[in-house]
Amino acid sequence: MGFQVSEADGVTVIDVDGQLIVGNRQEFRQKVLDELEKGGRKFLVDFTETGYIDSSGLGVLVSLSKKIREVGGELRLSTLSEDLRTLFELTKLDTLFRIADSRQDGLTDF
Amino acid sequence: MEKQLVFELPNDLRCIQKTVDFVVSRCSSCDVVARKLRLNFRVSLVEALSNAMIYGNGRDPSKQVLVEVFLQGGSVTVRVTDEGPGFDPGEVPDPTVPTQLLEDRGRGLFLMRELMDEVRFNDCGNSVTLILHLPEDRISEEAPA
Repeated sequence: MGFQVSEADGVTVIDVDGQLIVGNRQEFRQKVLDELEKGGRKFLVDFTETGYIDSSGLGVLVSLSKKIREVGGELRLSTLSEDLRTLFELTKLDTLFRIADSRQDGLTDF
Repeated sequence: MEKQLVFELPNDLRCIQKTVDFVVSRCSSCDVVARKLRLNFRVSLVEALSNAMIYGNGRDPSKQVLVEVFLQGGSVTVRVTDEGPGFDPGEVPDPTVPTQLLEDRGRGLFLMRELMDEVRFNDCGNSVTLILHLPEDRISEEAPA
């Protein structure tokens, strides 16, 4: 369980292992902000190993996306399960984020 | 036969994940399909508990949250009650309208309403009841994984 930060092709990749919910959203937020502070501008959050997200998790993705856009960057998402995609579609957040079917697709053309 | 789980949680967000995992595991004998337990019920219960702890009880560690779960063959009902003054759920804006889409809060109640079959509040709004049904024609066809 947790968040792993790595870099691939100039993109900061954050893997979400387990859940992104009210209990760990601040840890996630801080990890991304730390990378933003270091100069990262291209972010890909990969959900291959993610069970579920709650509204707090969705909210932190929205707030981070806004913050990253303010400095000229972008936050993309990849590898949403059917369950997770349902949550993004219900909340219409699928219209806000660029969502790739795979990690590789998310890295391509970033 | 109806089964009932009742417990009081400390007002600690760290309790939510374990509580939800426990309740979902106890629901495995219920006929509600696996996906509905995994997604609809799990996410809605997280939302109800976090709303109770953050907004209802105002993050006050001296307060508690009462959780009551009723299991029947074709449905799961959970009632979450906090010690706060309550709120008017009718005043919560739709988070999917363009003016709300960029807000980082306000999706919890919406998700509960979208994912559960019934969402009811008591008169003062400090207790929410979530009900998930299995369609009649699927009760005998689908069992949890």
